Amino acid sequence: MPSIPYEHGLILAAILFVCGLIGVLTRRNIVFVLMSLEIMLNACGLAFVVGSARWGHADGQIMFLMILTLAAAEVAVGLGLIIQMYRRFHTVDISVLSEMKG
Amino acid sequence: MLEWIGLLPAFPLAGFLALVLTRGSLPRRIAGLIGVGSIGLSFLLAALVSIEFLGSGLDSHTQPLWTWMSVGTFTPGFSFYLDGLTVVMLLIISGVGFLIHLYSTGFMADDPGFARFFAYMNLFVASMLVLVLADNLVLLYLGWEGVGLCSYLLIGFWYDNPANGYAARKAFVVTRVGDTSMAIGLFLLFQQLGTLNIQEILTLAPQQWSEGQGMAVAAAALLLGGAVGKSAQLPLQTWLPDAMAGPTPISALIHAATMVTAGVYLIARTHILFELAPSVQLLVAFVGLATLLMAGFTALTQRDIKRILAYSTISQIGYMFLALGVGAWSAAIFHLMTHAFFKALLFLAAGTVILSLHHEHDIFRMGDMRRKLPVAFWSFVIGSAALTALPFTSGFYSKDEILLAALAHPQYGMLLWLGGVLGAFMTALYSFRLVFVVFFGRDNYQEHASHDTHHVSSAIREETGIAMALPLLILGVLSLFGGLIHVPVDAVFAHAGAHEETHPSQLIHTVMILVPIFGVMISYLLYGSRPYEKAGQHLRTQILNSPLGRFLNRFWFSGWGMDALYNFVFVKPFLALAQFNRRDVIDQFYTALAELARISNRALVLTQTGYLRWYAISLVGGLVLVIGIGVWA
Repeated sequence: MPSIPYEHGLILAAILFVCGLIGVLTRRNIVFVLMSLEIMLNACGLAFVVGSARWGHADGQIMFLMILTLAAAEVAVGLGLIIQMYRRFHTVDISVLSEMKG
Repeated sequence: MLEWIGLLPAFPLAGFLALVLTRGSLPRRIAGLIGVGSIGLSFLLAALVSIEFLGSGLDSHTQPLWTWMSVGTFTPGFSFYLDGLTVVMLLIISGVGFLIHLYSTGFMADDPGFARFFAYMNLFVASMLVLVLADNLVLLYLGWEGVGLCSYLLIGFWYDNPANGYAARKAFVVTRVGDTSMAIGLFLLFQQLGTLNIQEILTLAPQQWSEGQGMAVAAAALLLGGAVGKSAQLPLQTWLPDAMAGPTPISALIHAATMVTAGVYLIARTHILFELAPSVQLLVAFVGLATLLMAGFTALTQRDIKRILAYSTISQIGYMFLALGVGAWSAAIFHLMTHAFFKALLFLAAGTVILSLHHEHDIFRMGDMRRKLPVAFWSFVIGSAALTALPFTSGFYSKDEILLAALAHPQYGMLLWLGGVLGAFMTALYSFRLVFVVFFGRDNYQEHASHDTHHVSSAIREETGIAMALPLLILGVLSLFGGLIHVPVDAVFAHAGAHEETHPSQLIHTVMILVPIFGVMISYLLYGSRPYEKAGQHLRTQILNSPLGRFLNRFWFSGWGMDALYNFVFVKPFLALAQFNRRDVIDQFYTALAELARISNRALVLTQTGYLRWYAISLVGGLVLVIGIGVWA
């Protein structure tokens, strides 16, 4: 089975990362911001996996497992915060919440 | 007993600390007991020490306690020096001080600041004792500044009236002029002689300097500057009349009996320096003469009972300076002592009058008080008699000595003597003017409606508890018979003892006895006599209404325009300068620093938008920038 060239994998990772970043920067709904963050994390994970396949090391895969755990934890905390935010401000629009400006 | 002299200032200092640390929470009884008792202990000890010292026949005794600081060869110590001069000063300070403290327990009984008052008084006595006991000029300077501080605190004792605070500041600033001069004098002495120990200076100075040499003149002149400031002599006398803003016992203790005579003490203590500088010594005499005349004329026109006494104090210290200037050291100290007695008596009696009349100060709103205030009346009569130097009172002997010594001055004897006699005439005039106006004539006293309510009845009741009457009694006796005390300072001024006894003619003696009596008689005619009341009044209005009389009255009343002059020459330009430099040049730098911080704050605040995406984009931007630099650099 011909292997996929690793450049393709990295390009895919970069595209995914930029997509996520654009989502974080442009979305006003906090739930979508959180989802975009997940996409960015997974783009990083993909880059690690591709790297470990390219060099035949297990390190990258272990790193991916760590990212997976981190993402799970982050989602738990993030969703909890979103619920609190919705309860308190009755909105999920982050542009409204700019009280911390200097 | 002599080794215990370190305890002399320690008692009042302990009293001060006890009163200050309890911050007025002690009951009045105990606060008064601490305040008076500590001075009483000091007086007892001073008396015992004096008896032992005078009995021992020693010339002097030095008691080193510890070294204050040690910088190279400069090692001033807390060392106390005892000789005849110190003994006199110790007894005056602790003795008169004790009586005035005792009086104050009555005078200040209703004052809310009772404990604070005694705390300051105790600190004052402690500083004053350090001043006279010091064996080096640095320690003396410590006491010197200490009494200045207490004077400031006590003039402004009733601080809720801004005028009192102003008077206190004035006293502090004006004496500071003299103190600066004195400090420079100390630097000069140390630089030239390498020591500040007084006795060493007095031995070294004649060896190093010949008479009239520039350095000796400069040192003496600088010390004179300090003495002039502290003793309220021309041209730094303006603070003392305003210092009367303080409670009356303060005026008695600090601004009549003790602190203001510190200048006299300083000159007497360092008299050898002044003998090395004859021109400065002559200046001392003329400063004294000018001051005593100026203050005498001013006292004649004042209306405030305490200001009259204040000018009289300036005038009497002028006599002491006159004596110092003609080298009559012991006469100056003798007059210092008798003056302490009778001026303390007069001030305390004035305090009784003021308290009994509910803080009335204007003598022309009093009158006919001799039956209503008998204790004050007799105190005033005795005090004024001594002040006027009527025969056989204490002031008579001391002023006699001064005038005879002035007459013996080789060059200006006649001039100094005539000035002194004219001063004595003025003294008689103004002091008995005070007595006649306050205690004789018509009763012009009207109670102010606004005064405190618990004195509802307008009947005047003399405020004399035993605590207030006893000091008056003792001081009265001392004022009458204090002239018989021989001040034991012969050994101190022994080398100057070549003062040959002059035998002035009978005429001189007669003049000196008659002039004060003549003054009293004129004053009686103008202010006191019932049969010639109309004539006296007529004469007075005529004098006052003549153009010259009106001018002189206003001129003298304002203290010879000195306040206005200083206001014009120093205060106004200073205020103008301050106004001009309102935005201080040096401050500008620091203001600019603060402004810079504020501007950068404003700029950085703009970055804190509160929008999450703004933070994210700056994060990304920063990341791109760093990676970009890493890749291309």
